[in-house]
Amino acid sequence: MFYNGRMRIVDTKEITEVVAHMAARAGVSLTEACRSSLEEARKREEGAAAFALQIALENEKIARREKMPVCQDTGMAVVLMEIGQDVSLRGIPLSEAVNEGVRRAYREGSFRMSICDPLTRANTGDNTPAHLHTEIVEGDKIDIVFLPKGFGSENMSALKMLTPAEGREGILRFVEETVKTAGSRPCPPVYVGVGIGGSFDSCAFLAKKALTRELGKRHPREDVASIEEDALARINALHIGPQGFGGKTTALGVSCEIAPTHIAGLPVAVNIQCHCVRCVKETI
Amino acid sequence: MKRLSLPISHEEISSLHAGEEVLLSGTIYTARDCAHKRIFELLDEKKPLPFPIENAVIYYAGPCPAPEGKACGSCGPTTSVRMDSYAPRLLDLGLCGMIGKGELGKRTAEAIQRNRKVYFAAIGGAGALYGNAVKKCECVAFPDLLSEAVYRMEVEDFPVLVATDCMGRSVY
Repeated sequence: MFYNGRMRIVDTKEITEVVAHMAARAGVSLTEACRSSLEEARKREEGAAAFALQIALENEKIARREKMPVCQDTGMAVVLMEIGQDVSLRGIPLSEAVNEGVRRAYREGSFRMSICDPLTRANTGDNTPAHLHTEIVEGDKIDIVFLPKGFGSENMSALKMLTPAEGREGILRFVEETVKTAGSRPCPPVYVGVGIGGSFDSCAFLAKKALTRELGKRHPREDVASIEEDALARINALHIGPQGFGGKTTALGVSCEIAPTHIAGLPVAVNIQCHCVRCVKETI
Repeated sequence: MKRLSLPISHEEISSLHAGEEVLLSGTIYTARDCAHKRIFELLDEKKPLPFPIENAVIYYAGPCPAPEGKACGSCGPTTSVRMDSYAPRLLDLGLCGMIGKGELGKRTAEAIQRNRKVYFAAIGGAGALYGNAVKKCECVAFPDLLSEAVYRMEVEDFPVLVATDCMGRSVY
């Protein structure tokens, strides 16, 4: 690394290395916040719900000890990158560098290749392409988030264009309905990412981004944090419980991200994450 | 916890109650969406199947590749409801039951009850633990489907919950 005037030069080879390392780590470990949240839930539950959480916690230990994928659905590789505008990238194109990192980690880690053509269903064979989202920000650093996203939960996600009149209550109702419809399918207890505002497409991204926030951390804006709290209470009152076996813990948390929207609309997106929250962050 | 050796008899199936925790040992076969589609093509063309359906247990799963020194990679269950258009016909042909995760579709739940069979729920997301319970694993059909191929697995003390019993009672 060296500076060329105000620009910091980064070879995309370094990005390949970092992404490979992040992917390898993410696949075999839950976040610390997720693990402790599952432990707390285990204490609250009994019967079949406690059995499900006990197995999940034992599994987490085995995965960590033996470097085995926590879940066989090692997911679609979601990569969020915030690139400082004072960084100048050199080498192979960024998306290729990211894909190479994913390819390497999935092969070497004995991860499942889960990406296929949507129509022919032919597997791409190396879990690429990654879903890469880039944003240009201030500074000369690159912040990378790696989120392997399983599709049992992704399949249960939803987006709705609410009317402004539906407001806060409409948002809460839609979040609750989405989790209720999902039932046992997304491997509860889930982590719920909610996007509020923006446009049809950017709202869905906000929901995904919400899932990269550490479980249990509140949104800095009080009115948003209160939606998170109320949504969580309403979801847990559904008593779907771990794996749908019934119980107090249907969700481990709710995170909302917001963005300004059009005066005529109120887009809301709900992205569901299963109880295996695997998310790794690095800065170059 | 109750231990069962596969294949299980009609009497053993009848003794199971929804909500009961069970450790399974014996032979199971994996099949997911794509493998089911191909099995149905073989059935329609009256061609031989990759394994005898009668008394078999299908595991809705697509494992990770086996790392060195292990029979199988990470191998937890996938969502059962996606196989709702396939399971009833297989149950009518004598399938003993399935292992998967999440609620069954309505048609499959009815077929379980009609045929007096059983549906076991494995814990989704517990891939490493289930992978370690697989002692032998062999691809028996459709290797081009990679993780979605049909694998014959010998499992030992594989923890599941009776999710839908032969009377149609369900934990969901």
